[in-house]
Amino acid sequence: MKRRKPEMIRGARANVPVAASAMAYGSVLGVLAAQKGLSWLDMMYMNTAVFAGAAQFVMVDMWSNHLPVFEMTLAVLVINLRYLLIGASLDPLFSGRGALHKMGMMHLVADENWAVTMSEQRTGSATTWFLFGGGVFLYLAWSSGTLIGLLGGGFITRPEEYALDFAFTAVFTALAVGLWRGKGDVVPWIVAGAAALLVHKFLPGKWYIVAGGLAGAVSAMLGTCEPVEVEEAEDVPSY
Amino acid sequence: MFPAIEPQVLIAVGLAAGVTYSLRLGGLLLASRFPRSGRFRRGMDALPGALLFSLVLPSIVAEGVWGLMAAALTAIVVLRTRNTLAAMLCGMLVIFAVRKMG
Repeated sequence: MKRRKPEMIRGARANVPVAASAMAYGSVLGVLAAQKGLSWLDMMYMNTAVFAGAAQFVMVDMWSNHLPVFEMTLAVLVINLRYLLIGASLDPLFSGRGALHKMGMMHLVADENWAVTMSEQRTGSATTWFLFGGGVFLYLAWSSGTLIGLLGGGFITRPEEYALDFAFTAVFTALAVGLWRGKGDVVPWIVAGAAALLVHKFLPGKWYIVAGGLAGAVSAMLGTCEPVEVEEAEDVPSY
Repeated sequence: MFPAIEPQVLIAVGLAAGVTYSLRLGGLLLASRFPRSGRFRRGMDALPGALLFSLVLPSIVAEGVWGLMAAALTAIVVLRTRNTLAAMLCGMLVIFAVRKMG
């Protein structure tokens, strides 16, 4: 418990690059939200309660005078289905922690701090407080980005011109590299990539993320049982 | 001036939040009931990488050859320098330049 604060600070530091991308991405959302007539309070309520970038983009896109509450909820459910998998993948990190700890920590899990934590865990030094510190920092960056966009208004009318839309892709590409575990990943990644591309082509929305992730995981399950697989991936440092 | 939140916004965002949080926590709580070794565990260990790769690949491919170049450069920079921010900026720079020219 004594390590709570330093771990949070370490998590926040490790999230500086992804937070920069989230802020850029957030400012784009803020501009769109301003066009749809959201107030800064609506925006902050959404940032705080939902805290999931892609879902927020879709919600703002669906925004109107009479909110399509049911469709919106369903859309958010589909887009965020990947969080079921993300949550499941955090199980080794949370091993031995109580229910309250889990409940308190999980809200601020986003793609960014999750990915940073997973790559940190590969070197064996991630903790739940590291994850949480990253989440808090990301929340601040995300919120300020959205507010800058919302209040500053149309200063970036064409974000594509500055490749701002590619910031998200680039930062997650860099993070994916950190999750590469070597030869054993070749097959799962090829299967995942193929599934993602196929589903992306034929199904709308964000199904491709879930489909690719599941396909990759299943292919790893079906793979030949190499005895090399004894490496303890869940080597969570004890404290 | 302090804006008010309309009831319909309160409900819509509240539901979205409830769904999202349930998925986050639900995944974690379900996983603690999963087997900790064997085939299933192997799949779960492969999941993060597969998921992240699936997240980015379609948007890389959508940018065409230059998207692949930008992603490759991003990967090389992060492997060499371990600096995610620099890697991100290099990738963006490629796309920025291509769009400026094109």
